Amino acid sequence: MAERVAILGVGMHPWGKWGRNFVEYGLHAANEALADAGLAWRDIQFVSGADTIRNGYPGFVSGATFAQALGWTGARVTSCYAACASGATAIAAARAQILAGLSDVALVVGADTTPKGFFAPVGGERRDDPDWLRFHLLGATNPTYFALYARRRMELFGATEADFAAVKVKNARHGAANPNARYRTEVTAGEVLASPVVADPLRLLEICATSDGGAAVVLSSMEFARRHGHRRPVTVAAVSTVTPRFPQTVIEMPNFATDSAVATSGEPGPTFRQSIARAAYEEAGIGPEEVDVAEVYDLSTALELDWYEDIGLCKEGEAEKLLRDGDTAVGGRIPVNPSGGLSSFGEAIPAQAIAQVCELSMQLRGQASGRQVEGAKVGVSANQGLFGHGSSVLVTR
Amino acid sequence: MNPAKTQVPAQPGWFTLDPEAPALLGSRCRKCGTIAFPAENAFCRNPDCQSTEFDQHALSRRGRIWSYTDARYKPPVPYVATDPYQPFCIAAVELADEKMVVLGQMVAGVEAGDLAVGDEVELVLDTLHEDDAHEYLVWKWRPVRPRKEGRG
Ligand SMILES: [Zn+2]
Repeated sequence: MAERVAILGVGMHPWGKWGRNFVEYGLHAANEALADAGLAWRDIQFVSGADTIRNGYPGFVSGATFAQALGWTGARVTSCYAACASGATAIAAARAQILAGLSDVALVVGADTTPKGFFAPVGGERRDDPDWLRFHLLGATNPTYFALYARRRMELFGATEADFAAVKVKNARHGAANPNARYRTEVTAGEVLASPVVADPLRLLEICATSDGGAAVVLSSMEFARRHGHRRPVTVAAVSTVTPRFPQTVIEMPNFATDSAVATSGEPGPTFRQSIARAAYEEAGIGPEEVDVAEVYDLSTALELDWYEDIGLCKEGEAEKLLRDGDTAVGGRIPVNPSGGLSSFGEAIPAQAIAQVCELSMQLRGQASGRQVEGAKVGVSANQGLFGHGSSVLVTR
Repeated sequence: MNPAKTQVPAQPGWFTLDPEAPALLGSRCRKCGTIAFPAENAFCRNPDCQSTEFDQHALSRRGRIWSYTDARYKPPVPYVATDPYQPFCIAAVELADEKMVVLGQMVAGVEAGDLAVGDEVELVLDTLHEDDAHEYLVWKWRPVRPRKEGRG
């Protein structure tokens, strides 16, 4: 079981379509996290940036970019890119630095400025890049893959369009109470089902948008936390950033095909999404039955239902029942996405996995006004991106 | 297809141009038999296999739909969309012999309402996009059985 590190401070720039430089959002979030931790920027020994690939060179070296914006202090620095898991990977780098005893206190920052509409691949003709090729040869956007999973779920487990709409209604209600969310109005199932189909069976209101936003956390050793008067901080109990296992038999963005299972025998192992949270539970020595609140990557409404099963909140095929019983709404047995989720935020890629940890921290401190999960002591996040990157962070208090 | 234009593959080397029975071209590991599409000739994906020798492997031309969707809105560049835009379906198709799932567009005229998980489909070549002199061909899936009455 790994030692804990303390989450001393959290900070966010509200999500939206602000059209400003991503560095501004990161800086805002960083300063908020430092203030929340009761620390000055000069106290930070290690800076870990989560990169954005749509904002030129400063985005590829985000750790240094944020450090320069805060003012060079000679702090140690790293920059991480891992698609949607970039933020958790930046947290993992800072946590490892602290657990190794190389630094006492670290700042993790991720921020993004996004273009309008579908995520398109990086420009140029790149015939050796599957991400470029899937757009060119198939016209396969990200919602294409989300819709394939959604249809499969309907086929296997009897999920209905009404179930998918109910996920949106729940998350919109949660997000309406969150000042950092981009969409803060409740919606009805009727409104969801009246929105146009984008990729059958998914509708416009069921697919997450792309947003500008920034998130930051200050992490420290437990010793440092005590010395600085944080008597009962929220802690990171585990960070999982595992790869898939061969053969990966679920089609994943941006691939054209799954692995072939001809060379392997026996029962298939866990799917990629299942293995992500499982590794976090194992590292922390905490089981899914102990979880009080979860933040999962609802790139689509249907995908949120897949996550209920993949992070162990229920057995395979039982997610619809959990939803229909109201268990995953705030006030229910195991609330999921009390922040409002991607549904209410829209994806700001490098900030998103950090924002999940910010929300869980606020929940565990009892500071999630209007959407508080009463008495929450254990929280889990789950996230999945392109090319075999995904993450899960377990926090406890 | 347009006979006045030169037909070229939209992605050379990924499929045969056999007009009657085209096939996707993957790779097959000489040591463990792992198949990959697109072809992977530099390494084997099997973590327990260090082979560096691969044969070209034509994938099965028929499979069953694992899942499907459509694209109601025009995908961004580098997709070359028709003008006016015509929505199309995309299917993930399970190949029994290869034990893998392969994506492809469905041929024009098929709507999501026509499809069901488990339906049998067959690989064909079709136009992806055209310029003044060329017609760029790509693989697509075509339903094997005729469309059901009253399902679009
Ligand atoms: Zn092999």
